[in-house]
Amino acid sequence: MTNEESTASEADAQPTGLSRRGLLGLVGAGAAGIALGGGTVAAIGLNAPNGVGVSTVYPFFGEHQAGITTPAQDRLHFAAYDLVAGTTRDDLIELLKDWSFAAARLTAGQDVTENGAVDGSPLAPPDDTGEALGLPASGLTITFGFGPTLFTTDDGVDRFGIAERRPDLLAKPPRFSGDALRPESGGGDLCIQACADDPQVAVHAIRNLSRIAFGRASIRWSQLGFGRTSSTSTSQVTPRNLFGFKDGTANIKSEETSTVAEQVWVASGDGPDWLTGGSYLVTRKIRMIIEAWDRTQLQEQEAVIGRSKGEGAPLSGGKEFTAPDFAATGAAGQDIIGADAHVRLAHPTATGGSQLLRRGYNFVDGNDELGRLDAGLFFISFQRSPEQFIAVQRNLARDALNEYIKHVGSAIFAVPPGAAKTSYVGAGLFA
Amino acid sequence: MRHRLLSGAAGAGALALVLTGCVPNNVAGAAALTVEMTDDTCVVSEATTTAGAVTFSITNKGTDVNEFEILAEDKLRIVGEKENVTPGQTVSYVAHLGPGTYYTACKFQLIGAPIGVAEFTVTGEASAVSADEQALTDQAVTNYISYITSQVAELVPQVQAFTDAYASGDDETARSLFASARVSYERIEPTAEAFGDLDPKIDYREVDAVAEGLDWTGFHRIEKDLWPPTEGALNSDGESAFLDWAPSTAQERTAYADGLVADVQELADLVSAKDFTVSLADISNGSIGLLDEVAVRKISGEEDWWSHTDLYDFYANVQGAEVAFGNVKNIATSKDAEGTALVKDIDSEFTALEALLAKYGSLETGFVDYSTVTEAQRKELSDQVNALAEPLSKLTHTVLGLSE
Repeated sequence: MTNEESTASEADAQPTGLSRRGLLGLVGAGAAGIALGGGTVAAIGLNAPNGVGVSTVYPFFGEHQAGITTPAQDRLHFAAYDLVAGTTRDDLIELLKDWSFAAARLTAGQDVTENGAVDGSPLAPPDDTGEALGLPASGLTITFGFGPTLFTTDDGVDRFGIAERRPDLLAKPPRFSGDALRPESGGGDLCIQACADDPQVAVHAIRNLSRIAFGRASIRWSQLGFGRTSSTSTSQVTPRNLFGFKDGTANIKSEETSTVAEQVWVASGDGPDWLTGGSYLVTRKIRMIIEAWDRTQLQEQEAVIGRSKGEGAPLSGGKEFTAPDFAATGAAGQDIIGADAHVRLAHPTATGGSQLLRRGYNFVDGNDELGRLDAGLFFISFQRSPEQFIAVQRNLARDALNEYIKHVGSAIFAVPPGAAKTSYVGAGLFA
Repeated sequence: MRHRLLSGAAGAGALALVLTGCVPNNVAGAAALTVEMTDDTCVVSEATTTAGAVTFSITNKGTDVNEFEILAEDKLRIVGEKENVTPGQTVSYVAHLGPGTYYTACKFQLIGAPIGVAEFTVTGEASAVSADEQALTDQAVTNYISYITSQVAELVPQVQAFTDAYASGDDETARSLFASARVSYERIEPTAEAFGDLDPKIDYREVDAVAEGLDWTGFHRIEKDLWPPTEGALNSDGESAFLDWAPSTAQERTAYADGLVADVQELADLVSAKDFTVSLADISNGSIGLLDEVAVRKISGEEDWWSHTDLYDFYANVQGAEVAFGNVKNIATSKDAEGTALVKDIDSEFTALEALLAKYGSLETGFVDYSTVTEAQRKELSDQVNALAEPLSKLTHTVLGLSE
């Protein structure tokens, strides 16, 4: 257990309930009369009735939002939302309060309201969709972010009176090599990252939070991820991406507290105060051309990555965590780790010291129209400044790996700091 | 699909004369044929001969240097050539030919399309493939280099004609020449890509150039001028087609035209250089590289985003892959039964892919606009590319015969 974990009882102090509109989303327009009982939460998360046993619970409230330095869970459901036309500033605040209330319960392993899936009126649809009944919290974290268009629409409209609070750095990233972006699978006013060790729990979270938002915000695009591709803790084994290589060996780990402070959290003075203690979240949906990759010679695959496929050691020798020796040369004087090897170009020594906390997931969205697996990496990174991501991605322009990948989706969000127990996520933006 | 070709260009010159060097002269029974070349004709005394060492007595009756070529049945792969025959000169040249259909041709001034292409039939029994692996390797390398040189020699005047029309504002002519001017380049793309910054200048798509911070030049820059985007059109990266782009001025057109000609000429100079060579693995990897190029960029329609002439590139890539394969298949066959079976598989999948492509046209009559090819048809093409690419991807291992 890390110090970030605790029992679900901390959610007891959460004083708010869902707003009327949030409830309308749940029970349907016109249906009234469900008492929320002040939102008092029972700590059921650790005592799942199906006897699965102890499950990790990460508290929703805190200095930073959970789901960033939290040890990467195995499953992801990510959704980006656009606010519907006519939504007011008050509506937006109310939505964030409703989401915070629900997220606190869900991450504690509870139904979305006290009445939940089965304890409400038999004449009304249940508040909670029910598919997580009996499942433990499963390490669920729910992380919220604000996209550039929340502050100013593409047409320059300040819908919520927050345009001047937009961080200068919160802007659509520049064009990168390998971009084949589909506008419909990028961007978004708001985002929710739900991670859990059980896919049903992650999906349950997005499903219920989306339901609460009906009439105020709707999903613009979303992504399921089925296997983490990064370790964010030294306690975790390095997983493999769909190229079959270990991914995230050199990732920032939560135990490296000074690196985390320097590279992940927005510090006081970096930008607007409301974002201090927060971070920037970049997503890139990276389609892998796996059919071409799969018929590539092993030595070529390893040359592209710059690491061995089995151990994950740099080609310059050693074990997985041995530092790559980029100066190493072979018998004919050639670089052992090629000039265009991924590990060389992505390494902090090549990016002016920029590091990212990567938290990506493998995805397979069925197949494309050509009968090829629509598969790849849903890249997620957290960083103190988007410029860190831009520096790394620019450096990858001539990455040998580019022959096998296409970036089809891109989004950026400002992730506010964690909410206090008496407040809601993003409150500082509206203070 | 990566193209780490030609990394070691050292030690090349030694290979140049191997083809003739390893073939015995004046084998009993072999016919002596005469070849008479002029600036615009190329006449071989007989259209048929018997398998074995065939001696050609070549006379240049023209006004400038000429070249005699023997092409495989695909009219692309070179199985033998005699370069630099000067006016008035008569030279003797021996080619070792197995039974089959070939084409003879000349290449006046060593540039442009082959002249006087004529069918040439070799009858009789195939002699056993030489067990001398080094000889087979040397022959494959020599012939592949000849092929590359020959393709680039065709490319140069085609690009000149295309860019002349473009620079002079004759867009209709330029549009009609665009796809065919690219064919020779697409046939040898992995070789061009091996020369670092040449391919980016010649063949980069806008999205790649912008992302890498390069000046966008070459074929595709010109393409966008010739097929300008309509209002609201998007580039292949989802950005507005008009972002950082405007139609070229007359002055810019001249610059892009001159630049492409110069870059293609530089490519021609590089592949004609004495120290230019390729390895066996370069050839077999180039074959699969071309096919993966098809699988990734052509099937999707990203390559010729504005002109929709992707099928020309597609076909040329497949031809290039087949020529590369053809150059090394004797080596694969010479290994063992498994190598023979692999060659047979690859051969039949190439045939199937070409038959499929023939439904959409040909280089001679033109291909249909790729935007008219339906998703279902693209899937059929993609499936066949995959069917071919799987066995083809095993070629390098077989040819190099490394133990696993």
